[in-house]
Amino acid sequence: MQLYKAPNADIKFNLEAFDYEGQVASIDEYADFDLDMAMSLLDEHARFCENELLPLNESGDRKGIHFNPDDASVTLPEGFKEAFNGYKEAGFLGLPFPPEHGGTGAPLTLAAVASEVLIATNKAFSMCPGLTSGLIEALEAHGSDDLKGRYLENLITGKWSGTMCLTEPQCGTDLGMLTTKAIPEGDHYRLTGSKIWITFGEHDLTENIVHLVLARLPDAPPGIKGISVFIVPKVREDGTANGVSCGGLEHKMGIHASPTCVINLDNAVGYLVGVPHKGMRAMFTMMNNARLNVGVEGLALSDAAYQHALAYAKDRRQSRSLDPAKRELDHAADNILVHPDVRRMLLNVKSTNEALRGLVTYIAINIDRAHHCADEADRQKSDDIVALLTPIIKSYATERGFENVSECMQVMGGAGYTQDWPVEQYLRDVRIALIYEGTNHIQALDLVGRKLPRHGGRLLQTFMGEVTTLIRGSKDTPELAPFISALKERSKQLQAATMELAGKGMSDQEEAGAAASNYLNLFALTTLAYIWCRQLTHALSVGGAQQEAKFQTARYFFDMVLPEADLYARLASVGKAPMMDFNVDYL
Amino acid sequence: MIIGVCLKQVPASDSRIKIDGSGAGVDASDLKMEINPYDEFALEEALKLKDAKVAKKVIVLTVGGSDSEQRIRDALARGADDAVRLDDAAFAGSDSLGIARILAAAAQKEGVGLILAGKQAIDDDNSQVPAMVAELLGWPQVTVVDKLELDGGSFKAWRQSGGGVRDVVTGSLPAVISADKGMNTPRYAKLRGIMMAKRKKIPVYDAAALGLDPASVGAAGAKVTQVNWSEPPARPPGRILSGEVPSMVKELVTLLRDEAKVL
Ligand SMILES: Cc1cc2nc3c(=O)[nH]c(=O)nc-3n(C[C@H](O)[C@H](O)[C@H](O)COP(=O)(O)OP(=O)(O)OC[C@H]3O[C@@H](n4cnc5c(N)ncnc54)[C@H](O)[C@@H]3O)c2cc1C
Repeated sequence: MQLYKAPNADIKFNLEAFDYEGQVASIDEYADFDLDMAMSLLDEHARFCENELLPLNESGDRKGIHFNPDDASVTLPEGFKEAFNGYKEAGFLGLPFPPEHGGTGAPLTLAAVASEVLIATNKAFSMCPGLTSGLIEALEAHGSDDLKGRYLENLITGKWSGTMCLTEPQCGTDLGMLTTKAIPEGDHYRLTGSKIWITFGEHDLTENIVHLVLARLPDAPPGIKGISVFIVPKVREDGTANGVSCGGLEHKMGIHASPTCVINLDNAVGYLVGVPHKGMRAMFTMMNNARLNVGVEGLALSDAAYQHALAYAKDRRQSRSLDPAKRELDHAADNILVHPDVRRMLLNVKSTNEALRGLVTYIAINIDRAHHCADEADRQKSDDIVALLTPIIKSYATERGFENVSECMQVMGGAGYTQDWPVEQYLRDVRIALIYEGTNHIQALDLVGRKLPRHGGRLLQTFMGEVTTLIRGSKDTPELAPFISALKERSKQLQAATMELAGKGMSDQEEAGAAASNYLNLFALTTLAYIWCRQLTHALSVGGAQQEAKFQTARYFFDMVLPEADLYARLASVGKAPMMDFNVDYL
Repeated sequence: MIIGVCLKQVPASDSRIKIDGSGAGVDASDLKMEINPYDEFALEEALKLKDAKVAKKVIVLTVGGSDSEQRIRDALARGADDAVRLDDAAFAGSDSLGIARILAAAAQKEGVGLILAGKQAIDDDNSQVPAMVAELLGWPQVTVVDKLELDGGSFKAWRQSGGGVRDVVTGSLPAVISADKGMNTPRYAKLRGIMMAKRKKIPVYDAAALGLDPASVGAAGAKVTQVNWSEPPARPPGRILSGEVPSMVKELVTLLRDEAKVL
């Protein structure tokens, strides 16, 4: 039973709360995309996803994909091709990309909030546009004009799709070990090597597939500083096959309709993107968007699961209320929403989902500002916020998202575990988000090792500046007082934990590694407290039932979720000893 | 040829309808509105005829207040060329005949050569307007059509006439055709279409602009008045049988036969 409805009302609420019109639509090139226009685009996108992609979610999961060994082709489940054609013809693929290459030229913010709905209706399908977007961004930022002219339009309009080929059998996290080779030959290169776990590396949705491949030139320095980026099309421009083939598919826990491929390169023609050996730097420019998008995966499936768990809970009667006054004696049992623990689980999910949706919006708005504000100082401020909060949304939203889906299953009891409901699929589909695009611990190391020290700690200062501005601005709003005072306290706690971590981590990096994941969660909870305060500020101007619902949800978050920060602060300060003193022979 | 598409906004099909304070209308305050689904088939058919270059232009005709403008823009976003909104204080309280008079006048004013409409609106399910428009204009009509072909000045229309029998009706243009489900699959708007539709001006015609006598439309001209609305009776509670399975099955069969009368 698929009940999902796009949360466009809450998406709109967040676009208002984080001042989309003032912060993004006010930028000259986005003048066409006021909130009204934005919602029209998002509503049509949601209608498409609900009507065309949602019905394929379960069948895609059950039927999966098919590898045809005879010609190494891959067939997607029935209906996916038609759905992809519809998606591309409507222009959704090109939403945030330049009109001169066939896109719509909308702010990235709209693509980011739209992707929640795309993923929630069909996560496996969403991987294809997702990876293609990554390739487009890389080409836009680092490709030569010639390459852009040859490739961008066909990718943006969905005639072709794209992949990211990083991983090799011996290297996942540690890309410095990669061995795929690129040999110069005239105006191009010849690439040879084997890539694994390549999402949508082979499929039958588009007539060509363009691979973005990390490889080494013959004169490359060893390690991470010797990696270059290439694009390698499956079919060359003259229509002949390139030396690219699919060596097989993985059988995996979830996203069954998303092919995860071995891609073999055998003397394949490729073109250099950007500067030789500086490939990793180029990859970083698009990593923020990609990581934000993976964070959105956690939110998307968590909300989809919530909608089903809530519908089920509203119907299910089991046991009696602990309060005799609430018992409905004309029924054999009471509705399970009378049980405090069922409410606790649903509210854990709802109160974190709504905060995470706000955080996605806030980060996405800052991505647009970091790229497009006229003023350098504005750009820098937004860039600081994006850089700092990207590892947080990627890691926390996926970890919490997975936990939330599991909690939704718990609300539904045995029904949630069966295939009568989509929650078990969501649980399988969402799990990968904690692993790919840099494992969650790698995000924590990025936060602690790169983002905190960068520019002498400026990123954190910039974000704390935002927090302080909000606190000051709320002085005369008594309704916000309890929330603001909690936010104040939590930001002090975070700053203290940061000082301690910086002190210990400076002299012993293992200390930083030991604390990083817990520290990230502490940081995330504080950030979500800030996001809730921003949302409540806006809720006050909306009034009515929406205001009341937001305040009650926030109250739950501040009383029942935010205190988890104490646990993470405590764990982050334990130090490395319990792990590193442990004798590995005893593992 | 210009095709006129009669398009009405209705509450979304999954809405919960509440009766308003007067007891003779719907409380629309919390309702999510959408294009009447049968009108979507009519619109799609018109757009297909335009794609096939049989029609030159598709114009949307809507009787409604400014709150219906978003639905008109949805239709423009999907590819309709133009739209007119028909709105006047004098139109309030129109019955089906009044609405048909307004639409017929607008169709004439716009030089429409074929009118496509939904076979019924899913809010009050009257199925009257298209037939009345045809009568007022003196044009041939075919209702509940699920396949349509045009050839020069004539049309051929297919309809289900019950019991699995299909009627095939031929006639000449101008004509009124009302669309049934199955006629086509309505398209989605393209993002560019949505952006263009936002910028389009939608003219508003009042009674004077349409050359209508205000006394012939609205409450003044209505032959039907709605007196009272009531909620359908609440569904009686279900019954849960208990006991041993074989005896429950027996009881269930008896109940289905004697009480529910479904066996
Ligand atoms: C379904 C699926 C789709 C994928 N799609 C793609 C794709 O399209 N393109 C692509 O290139 N790749 C893709 N991948 C690969 C994915 O990005 C990698 O799995 C991921 O980067 C982790 O690498 P790994 O699996 O080799 O784990 P490893 O790197 O072996 O990590 C194992 C464990 O060690 C930890 N670890 C590693 N290094 C450190 C460190 N420095 N400090 C602390 N802990 C560390 C990790 O956090 C992890 O817990 C996909 C994988 C899957 C399963």
